[in-house]
Formats: sequence, structure tokens, C-alpha cells
Amino acid sequence: MALLDESAKSKIKEFLTDMEDEVQIEFFTQEIECNNCKQTHQFLTEVAELSNNLSMTVYDFVENEDIAKEKGIERIPAVTLLDKDGNDYGIKFYGVPGGYEVNSFLKAILEVSGNEEEIEDEIMERINNVGQKVNIKVFVSLSCPYCPKAVQNAHTLALKNENITGEMIETSSFPELTNKYNVSGVPQIVINEENELVGAQPITEFLDIIESL
Amino acid sequence: MDFDVNLDLPDNQKNNKTIDLDTNTIYDVLILGGGPAGLTAAVYCMRKGVKTGMLIDIIGGQVIKTSSIENYMGYKYIEGNDLIKRFKEQVKQFEIGLRKEDPAVNIKPSNIIEIESKSGKIFKARSVIVATGKSPRWLDIPGEQELLGKGVAVCATCDAPFFQDKNVTVVGGGNSGVEAALDLVDIANHVTIIQDVDELTADQILIDKLNQYDNYDVIYGHTVTEVLGDDFIEGIKIKDYDTKEVERRETEGLFVEIGWVPNSGFVEGTLELNKWNEIKVDCACHTNQPGIFAAGDVTSVPYKQIIIAGGEGSKAALSACEYVMRN
Repeated sequence: MALLDESAKSKIKEFLTDMEDEVQIEFFTQEIECNNCKQTHQFLTEVAELSNNLSMTVYDFVENEDIAKEKGIERIPAVTLLDKDGNDYGIKFYGVPGGYEVNSFLKAILEVSGNEEEIEDEIMERINNVGQKVNIKVFVSLSCPYCPKAVQNAHTLALKNENITGEMIETSSFPELTNKYNVSGVPQIVINEENELVGAQPITEFLDIIESL
Repeated sequence: MDFDVNLDLPDNQKNNKTIDLDTNTIYDVLILGGGPAGLTAAVYCMRKGVKTGMLIDIIGGQVIKTSSIENYMGYKYIEGNDLIKRFKEQVKQFEIGLRKEDPAVNIKPSNIIEIESKSGKIFKARSVIVATGKSPRWLDIPGEQELLGKGVAVCATCDAPFFQDKNVTVVGGGNSGVEAALDLVDIANHVTIIQDVDELTADQILIDKLNQYDNYDVIYGHTVTEVLGDDFIEGIKIKDYDTKEVERRETEGLFVEIGWVPNSGFVEGTLELNKWNEIKVDCACHTNQPGIFAAGDVTSVPYKQIIIAGGEGSKAALSACEYVMRN
């Protein structure tokens, strides 16, 4: 049975007509798929069919260990997006990009395709000035209406500056990780392992922390 | 787990005619706030043909946090997010100036009213509609902010999954408190509601739903005075309003659902407020300042409902348009 109904499909299809160029979805799973891997796999397959600009490559986390390592994939299911030239901007989705996160996922596809949202000069300058390696983890639940915005902020930073990587981590797929980071409220944003932000925060709050590192 | 899709796609360019809010333009009407009142006002103003802008924090306001709506006419049942999506679509068909995530922080009344946004930009307009709504009320007690996201929560629909099989507490027995309790009873082991008065003040239909569960209880006549714990919540202190006795209770989560406060701080001293800090308006949404109108939950109009906020938004728009035409 399809995960996306016809109405959702037609809305996504129309949305994807704003893509500027081709985008490749890379999906990391394994031969015997976990339940959330299966679901993510099917969801991605259905989305990839909705635009000629989308293609999908599936990697086995075990067999393609070298590729996973090179890409910094630490767990599955995991999704990354490549632009037409194969550039990886450090945008990752760990877990199911369903529920409200469908929106951050589709938005990321648009951005990687070259249809980028304009950013104010002041903020852009601050993003450009980040010279050190920064990793942003955004923990989400799929029933959280505030979470996609936090994920998008992390992805925007990753897109604009190659020193920054931005990851969505869907908590129900990774209970151990969720415990490790003591997540009890989402979005919870963890920057370089130690610095935390809770709640829907504007991009300037992310930058305030990054600049204080 | 069921696969759920909550589509709320960012503005498809073809269906989105909105433009950036511009500091060099003098707007006829500048709407502050993007909840039901502000969005309705926007549609009315654009249909009247006046030059309109919106300066907002989050589109949808409180409605985004509402899981189910069953009293907005035309829909027997609709999710808050879905209703807002429809409101948005209706606004985005117009070439309206829009600036998000940058709420107003200051207002200077004059012939040309000046509005300062949080990021420091100044926008100008002949008339202004204040529709900034309300924000969740905090308990303002020790430990609350320190343990936010560490056991203290404000969004039950977002965070309920983290409290599986735990014993949790909800402060507040009004609609938002009982709704939060309903989000939690299925997942948590036990839910305790702390209510300041002697009864739950939520709608009966919600109380009836809650009564179908037996893993909850209510402590009446109490308030929470402190959240305990270092890195994570360990317990709370609650106080009996009558005896003033303070008691320590263990809890593994605390959901704060004690209602809302008007977002009127930035107009204090400029507009007349009532004792609850709501902007005083007459029946046509006039404030005490000419050219400044107000609508929705931020005003003194009784009963905070989506349908009322929408109605007030339309009235404020018509009053503002009339003001602009005359001056």
C-alpha cells in the first residue's frame, strides 16, 4: 500500500516543480530492513517518482561500509542529498522524515536543487565567517509542529557554509541516542555535542552559540 | 508505527504572491500578528485594495498548538495546523508585504505610525492593526526555565512520546491542561493534574473524554511553587492555597498549561490596557490612539476563540480601511 495518498502526491509534485536542477537522494539501509528503514525506503521511493529531477541511490550500511564512512553516516536509516554535480552539503536525515518533517525534507530538496531562500546580508555575513567545524544535531518528534523550522535552520547553515553539518534525528528511531542526549523536549538542538538549545529558535540564536564556541 | 504526513509545504512560488515587507514603503495598513485575527484582517484589507503589510512572529499563532478543533464552523473536525494552512493559502493569493519571525517591539503613534521590529528595522504605516495574540503563561518559579526540555515541557503533542510509562504532572485544569492530559494518558503510566480552583474548568466534552481513563488524578486547590532536580526533573513542590502547606512530590515530567498572557508589552504606555494587560477596544476595534486598531486575543474582547478572533480581525480591517479612506 502506498504511504502517500493521491492528494499528498499531487501537492508534493507541484511543490517539486520549483526545483532548479537535479538532486540525488542517497539512502542508507541494510539488507534486512528495520521497520523504520522499510518505511523510509518506501517513502523516498514514492517521493523520487514525483519529479524527473529526482533520482535515488540505495546503499547497504554493511556492504557499502566505506561509502558510509566517507559520508560520515553513523546509523540507519539515513538520508543525504546531493546536487547535480554530486556535492554533499552535510545535510543528513536520520530516521523517518515523515509527519511534520516531510516539510523540512522537501524544503531541503528544493534548496539543494539550487532554489535557495534568500538570506539577509547581515546573517549571511555571520554564516560566512564561521571558520571552524560545527555539527548541529536537531532532535525531533514527528508530531512536533515547531520542529521542521529548527531542522531547516540547521540545514540552511550547512548549505551555506561547508564547515557546518546539520542533522535531523528522529527520536523514535533512535531511543538510545535520545537517551544519551537526555532529550525530553523537542526540538532539542545540540551544537558540537555540548551546547544545547531547546525549542524553536531563530537562526540568529544558532549563530550566537556557534560564535561563542 | 503508522506513517503520517503532515504536509505544510513552504510557499510554492506559483501560489505565493506575497512580497517582502519594505522599510521604504508607507503602508496603508500594517498588521502585527499572524494568527486568525491578523490573517483574516489581511484578506479583508487586500480585498479593499489598500496597501497592506504584515509583521509577524509565527504564522498561525496559538492555533498551531491546537491538535483538534471541533467548533470552527464549516469543519466538524479539523486540526489546528490544517486550518492555518487554509488561512495562509487565502492570504498568499495576494501581493501583500510579509515579514516573518520578526515581531514588533515598539510602536510610535503619529500621522505616519512607526513600528520597530525585533531585528531593529523600522516600518511605516498610516494605520496599524495590533493582532499579536497571546503567549503561554509561565509559572515563574525556581527550576522552571532551568529544567525546560529536561522534564519541564510546554508542548504535550510534541513531547508526550518522551514520557512513555512515566509518572507525569500537568499544571492547569483548563482546556489546555486537560488537552495536554489527554495527549499523555495513553502514553504515560500516570498523569496528575494540579488545579488551583476546586474543579476542572475545561469544556465538559474534554472532561468526559478524560473520565474514560483511570490512570489520572486531580489535586485541587494547589499550585506548583518549585521544580526540583539538577540535570533533570526529580520532583516538584506544591502548595495548598488554604492551609499554605508545602509538600514535595516525585514526578518525572511537568507540563505547564496554565493559560496565556497577552502579547501587549510593546504597546504598554502607548495604548490603554485593562487589568489583564489586554488592549482596550470598542466594538469597532478602535484603541485610544487614532489610526491604531486591535483585534483578537490581545484585546479586551471576551472569550478567546478562533471564530471570534477571525471576526474581530475582519472588523479591525474594515475600521482601518475606513480610517485610511477618510484621512
